Amino acid sequence: MGPVTGAAFGWITAAKAVLFFTLLMVVVGMLVLMERKLAGFIQDRSGPNRVGPWGLLQTLADGLKFALKEETLPDRANKTFFLLAPCMALVPATILFAVIPFAAPLPTQWGLVEVIVADAPVGLLYVLAIASLGVYGIVMAGWSSNSKYPFLGGLRGSAQMISYEVGLAMSLVPILLVAGDVRIPNIVAMQQTFEAGPDTVGLWLALPLLVSFFFFTVAGLAESNRIPFDLPEAEEELTAGYHTEYSAMKFGMFFLGEYAHMLTTAALITVFFLGGWDIPFWAGDNIRVLSDGTVIGEPAAWKTLLTFGAFTLKTLLVVAVFMWIRWTLPRFRYDQLMDLGWKFFIPALMAYIMLIAGTILGLESAGLQPGLVYGAVLFAVNLAAAGLLFFVLDRGRIIGGGAYRSTREGRQKRMWREARERAMAAAAGGSGGSGTAPEGG
Amino acid sequence: MPGNVKVVQRPNETSSYVRAALKGMKVTMKHLLDPHTVTQQYPDEKWELSPRMRGTHRMATHEDGRAKCVACGLCPTVCPVNCIKLIPAEDENGERYAAVYEIDEFRCIFCGYCQEVCPVEAIHLGAHYENSEYTRERWVYDLERLCEQDHPFTALWDPADPRSQ
Repeated sequence: MGPVTGAAFGWITAAKAVLFFTLLMVVVGMLVLMERKLAGFIQDRSGPNRVGPWGLLQTLADGLKFALKEETLPDRANKTFFLLAPCMALVPATILFAVIPFAAPLPTQWGLVEVIVADAPVGLLYVLAIASLGVYGIVMAGWSSNSKYPFLGGLRGSAQMISYEVGLAMSLVPILLVAGDVRIPNIVAMQQTFEAGPDTVGLWLALPLLVSFFFFTVAGLAESNRIPFDLPEAEEELTAGYHTEYSAMKFGMFFLGEYAHMLTTAALITVFFLGGWDIPFWAGDNIRVLSDGTVIGEPAAWKTLLTFGAFTLKTLLVVAVFMWIRWTLPRFRYDQLMDLGWKFFIPALMAYIMLIAGTILGLESAGLQPGLVYGAVLFAVNLAAAGLLFFVLDRGRIIGGGAYRSTREGRQKRMWREARERAMAAAAGGSGGSGTAPEGG
Repeated sequence: MPGNVKVVQRPNETSSYVRAALKGMKVTMKHLLDPHTVTQQYPDEKWELSPRMRGTHRMATHEDGRAKCVACGLCPTVCPVNCIKLIPAEDENGERYAAVYEIDEFRCIFCGYCQEVCPVEAIHLGAHYENSEYTRERWVYDLERLCEQDHPFTALWDPADPRSQ
């Protein structure tokens, strides 16, 4: 059975687009509930439990409320951009889903249907291109509101997202080096169990590219404006940041966009690093369609369903980790955020890309083809790099815990303070005597 | 150091963000896995009130439904916020009764002096806190409304420990 061709391709793609958009919106709605439930459990509360069984209909109630509230339009706002901003926030987050493969190809009477809306040959580049559009919604909202808090939020958002986009893109470079391909289904196939076809590492890339995985996760958090990177919103300082002036469904769209962004980031982490829809230690799901149309493996409807389950599980797990982080860590200070982005991410990633490129060059000149040994060597190199990374971060020069910002500064400050105290003590002791000294002199 | 200045010892070295973050994550995970919650499901589960809880008023009545109040005028006198309005009257038998008896529950500070001063144990505070009304006027309880209330009386002292020892 070959891939779908002809007229069927058109309407099957349209059906997939509608289906996955609906699914995305429903899941995003449920994520809001999941976040509130998880927050409740972490804080020893029970979370929303009044609307429907276990509060399952809470999202519907929230949505209804958004729809029924008054739409406000600030008097001095730039109306065009003010109205455009919520769309610009929601759209990039949702259209990123077009290139994510959800499950193994599904055999139908029209041919083999790949469970991906658009199997773009430029998949990974598309992800980077669209991800960088996300900032426009925030900047537009901040600027067009003509109000101080949204403005500050928009400024912060633009600086933050542009800084971390660099990190996000650079953390994907090692994947390109290993995969040698930007088509996303190929990146998934590459991570599948054992020998699935040509150019297979056979390991989820989270292992052979551990450091990349870490950087992508952190940069993804920053890109989706989640705590600890939610400076554009920063409730305590900026009321609601860039969407302070928005109400009703326009605010709802920012809200949905934020959660959609989080889901997309989680899905991308799953696809790039956690094997996509691959089920570990099982060769039955090694199904892939090569670019010339040949099919490897035996597709089946139940396999599609199973792999879809695996994909969903992994994505939701990543989302749960994001939420866990949100309900634990405090927000970064602005200078810490910028230091982390520019002084740590970019140099570290540059060094890391060199390291991986060198390793791959070494492996290939040693005549090793991509496979388990290849992956194991990369994993060992990454483990060492991760250890080094932890050592650097642990010293607290870029971001520290409490107390002073770096050990050298700390020592210096202590020395200054002690010197000042000594001087003060000397002055106090001296002034006791000096009261009589002039007369004596 | 001059005088009795307390010197706080602060860490001079930087602590590690990574370790602090991981420690925090461990704490939240522990709470996440712990099924214990401190939430009280309020409308389903009510508070257990102290017998001395001072809530909105209630007037004690005789068997025939008349208020026990003899309109002596002690409660409006003792009331520190003047929330009790009392106009006394006398019936054909020469017995005094309250022609008008109103308590403004919005003004009331629930000190309980009225209950304490009442010679015939007519006016009481009650163990009741779920009050809501659509208008402010509804918060002025008249005699009829005070007699209708059926929540338990507030105990002025703990029966098990009358001298508050």
